[in-house]
Amino acid sequence: MNMILRVVLYIVLAPIIGGLLEGIDRKISARMQRRVGPPILQPFYDVKKLFKKQVIIVSRSQTFGLIPYFFLMVLTGAMFFAGMDILMCFFVMSTAATALYFAAMVTSSPYATIGANRELIQMMAYEPAVLLTCVGFYLAEGTFNVSEIAASDRTDILFMPGFFVAFVFILTIKMRKSPFDTSTSHHMHQELVKGLTTEMGARNLAIFQVTEWYENVFLMGVVGLYLVNSNPMSIIWAIICIMAVYFLEILIDNTSARMKWQDMMKITWIFTLFTAGVNLLVLMLVK
Amino acid sequence: MTVIPFLILFPFIVAVLMYCIRVNKVRNAIAYISAVILMGGVLWLTAQWLMQGAQVITLTYPTELADHAILAAEIVLMCVVTFLCFKYKKYWISILSIVPTLMMVYVELYGPKVEGMTKIYIDHLSILMCLIVGIIGGLIVIYAVGYMHGYHHHHTGIPDRRYYFFMLLFLFLGAMFGFVLSESLLWIDFFWELTSVCSFLLIGYTKETAAITNSFRALWMNLFGGTILAIGIFYYAFTDGNLALHHLIKEGVLHNAYAVIPIAFIAFAALTKAAQLPFATWLIGAMVAPTPSSALLHSATMVKAGIYVLFRLAPAMKGTSTGTMIAFIGGFTFFVTSVMAIAQSDGKKVLAFSTISNLGLMVACAGMGRPETIWAGVFLMIFHAISKSLLFQDVGATENCLHSRDVEDMHGLLYILPRLAMFMFIGIAGMFLAPFGMLIAKWSAFKASVDSGNIIMVFFIAFGSATTSFYWTKWMGKLVSHTHLTEAKIKDITKKNELISLGIHAFMMVALCALFPILSRIYVDPLLNEMYGHTGQVLPEGLLYLLVVIILIVFLVPFFAYHYSRKQQYNRKLSYMNGVNVGDNKKFVDSFGEEKNLWLSNYYFYKLIGQRKLMVPAQVFSVAALIIMMIIVIGGGAV
Amino acid sequence: MANVKRSPWLLHYDGSSCNGCDIEVLASLTPVYDAERFGVMNTGDPMQADIFLITGGVNTQNKDTVKQLYDQMPRPKVVVAVGVCACTGGIFKDCYNILGGADTVIPVDIYVPGCAARPQAIIDGIVQAVELFEQRSKEHDEMVRNQKKGSEVA
Repeated sequence: MNMILRVVLYIVLAPIIGGLLEGIDRKISARMQRRVGPPILQPFYDVKKLFKKQVIIVSRSQTFGLIPYFFLMVLTGAMFFAGMDILMCFFVMSTAATALYFAAMVTSSPYATIGANRELIQMMAYEPAVLLTCVGFYLAEGTFNVSEIAASDRTDILFMPGFFVAFVFILTIKMRKSPFDTSTSHHMHQELVKGLTTEMGARNLAIFQVTEWYENVFLMGVVGLYLVNSNPMSIIWAIICIMAVYFLEILIDNTSARMKWQDMMKITWIFTLFTAGVNLLVLMLVK
Repeated sequence: MTVIPFLILFPFIVAVLMYCIRVNKVRNAIAYISAVILMGGVLWLTAQWLMQGAQVITLTYPTELADHAILAAEIVLMCVVTFLCFKYKKYWISILSIVPTLMMVYVELYGPKVEGMTKIYIDHLSILMCLIVGIIGGLIVIYAVGYMHGYHHHHTGIPDRRYYFFMLLFLFLGAMFGFVLSESLLWIDFFWELTSVCSFLLIGYTKETAAITNSFRALWMNLFGGTILAIGIFYYAFTDGNLALHHLIKEGVLHNAYAVIPIAFIAFAALTKAAQLPFATWLIGAMVAPTPSSALLHSATMVKAGIYVLFRLAPAMKGTSTGTMIAFIGGFTFFVTSVMAIAQSDGKKVLAFSTISNLGLMVACAGMGRPETIWAGVFLMIFHAISKSLLFQDVGATENCLHSRDVEDMHGLLYILPRLAMFMFIGIAGMFLAPFGMLIAKWSAFKASVDSGNIIMVFFIAFGSATTSFYWTKWMGKLVSHTHLTEAKIKDITKKNELISLGIHAFMMVALCALFPILSRIYVDPLLNEMYGHTGQVLPEGLLYLLVVIILIVFLVPFFAYHYSRKQQYNRKLSYMNGVNVGDNKKFVDSFGEEKNLWLSNYYFYKLIGQRKLMVPAQVFSVAALIIMMIIVIGGGAV
Repeated sequence: MANVKRSPWLLHYDGSSCNGCDIEVLASLTPVYDAERFGVMNTGDPMQADIFLITGGVNTQNKDTVKQLYDQMPRPKVVVAVGVCACTGGIFKDCYNILGGADTVIPVDIYVPGCAARPQAIIDGIVQAVELFEQRSKEHDEMVRNQKKGSEVA
């Protein structure tokens, strides 16, 4: 019962929370640049507008890529909040990312193709860290099961600080934040136009946007999982931690220039190897 | 159980027939019939074996005659190899054939005589191998009949020696049946050499310079493995006085000192067969052969022989330094070759590297030797066999239509050759995407390597699976992109029998994906039970939900999306090219004001991680690792 | 809640401008003027844009491009001509290659004069464009509703 409630809550609340997070993100970014910035509800206005516009497509098949992307991403989050196998969650997530890649590739447009290829490189860059994070949870708790991890007495972050750092690092890639925003270029990086999303207009873009919100909530959930334990108070700590991480990502976004994908690839892998790797080594030896 | 000698001997008889009949139509008909008979035979064997309760069955024939025949055949084989080596002036390779053969003859004549020794051993693993060899091999033969017709139609420069080609195919299948069913190490050695020589002859089929060079590379590497195998058997025969494979494994499980060295040698030999790293180049060179032979080498036979041996030895390797060696080499190969696969744009080469890479994972699973890893390994083997065979046949058929097998030329294949592209899509999806078994097997291998505390393997799998999905996804992306070719008309000239074979493969792929949990319960768990006496709980609990995903992706989502998009009114727009498209999405105005065709390409990073850059260092590293570990193993075994 | 419908995304195209107006357009997005407080974003992608902001006159070379970009934008859409060149052709009007203002190839809704147009004027133009956009959105919604009804009847 509890599980179904959580899944329903996720499906209903995630877009709201995700949208709010983005609104806050834009507001804070504006304040960091000493601007007034848009209202916090701006992302909702945007999506509402996008849904209302004339439906345009470059290729009909694009919808066939985007809709599985949406459903798989919702499923990823639902599986996570239902407390299932965390590794499976990430596998489904990577399948979702593949669907997005197809959605960009089908148009055979130059900018979308470049964006899609870079997205693929990003996937390659962050996947080891994601898998190792799962291993970290497994070593710390002896299970991949999210609900068991959340219900245990341990505070995982104490056992796996290295994994945490690695995960936050790749979160910058996943959330398409500045140093690693190579595939979509949220800001005005016009060499890519809008990268992956170039050919998505009106409703398609809205679907993409909402899916991103679902994804962000899921990722923040994983961040929270590092702190949640059997003590209910830990949820508050987790929320504080999520906020801190989110703020950190905004700060990074606003203070760094974009990197070339080659550098992103190298840095991410080396960083993963060192932080998660050392942590893994320690955990395995202690065991 | 007369079906067993039939399965082994029938392909040899057909092989002789193939060689004798020079009328294409008659030969094709016989090839079809024999392939069907072979598949039927395998199914019959399986059915019979299941009726008898799916137990381990050992057969002891009064095999004085068979032993002598095999001995004679082995000597003939040696003569053939020696002759060819001298003909092509590769004298030193003949040593690798002569030495092991003489050793085997010596063991046969002066070695231990074990009375009433089991010759044939049937259990879950060998039945599984028979099914793979029989069904996939049979389908490849059916495919080959149509393919070779088209092949010689296009390649007029190559002498039409189809009788020879089909002889080799059947010989190969017969050798594989013999290999997986034999219990006597002498027989195993003979069939081992036979597969090596068959693959050598198949690779050299076209007699072009590249083919000959590559075939001799395959020959020496495999014969080198054969020599190592012979040394292992020789050692075992004279220290332990036995020649039965399972006796060896039993001793290995008990950590008997006699067994350590033979097991290490046999496992080492299996590395060459399974094309693991220092020896990986022979499989890549094998690409010069016509497609059916590459399909056969990669999916059903040859490389799977190496995996089969390693799976057999797995219980004995668990936790030993031999196991560590095998697991390390496997994991290393998995990672490095998947990186190299990124830099390939030739479709068949991508497949070759991915085969080696996946084999690496299976080898690593065998090396870790735990029930969970073998569970994963068996599934990897099943799925890999089907989807690789499908992919090879499909790339071959696509090449016949497109006159190119370059992944870049497959841009928009879904719109040019929709049937072939769909099959390719299924095959690739089967290699790495979430609903298919390969991924779950990888999951299991990952978990098991964490459990066994194998940190290096954890890293290899974590990084290797990232690179693996990279090269597969970008290939799939090429297939779905909108085409940029407009002028060239391409006709789908795939023959019906090719399509039948492809269709059956695709069906098996999807069916196995859906039946995955059942297959695990009724077949693979008993297999593990046989090997270890117990099974680990390996089926991941999230699997059921993944099946939901399958249904979601495969049926519901496209269905709804289709209905939704049909009702929806939409406006088609040109794709964005800074507003300078000319007419459609395929042309634009360049800076000189002229029209230009759009040409999109994937990332390959040739210069960064190409085969040229990585292969030699990887080989040097793995040779060093192998030598060091072999010394440790032998040193440990001798003490 | 005047902001509810305000999400104007811009596509900024430089026709044959001297770049003066372009600098001013970008300036209006800077912290000093902060057009984003109205939800304005500069997308650079016609598929995602609502307001087509064009600077500089239209010449023989870019007239097709301007048309194509305009076509790629989904309805409802608003065109704003920024600067006197985009309005009428400006001082280049009689050049051999200049066709005139943006309205020679696409329908322009809002004219923002000036050489170069000042950020205040540009923002004012955008705000007017947003109002027009809202009006057109309503018309568009109406049209979609009617279409739906029509298809149901049919």
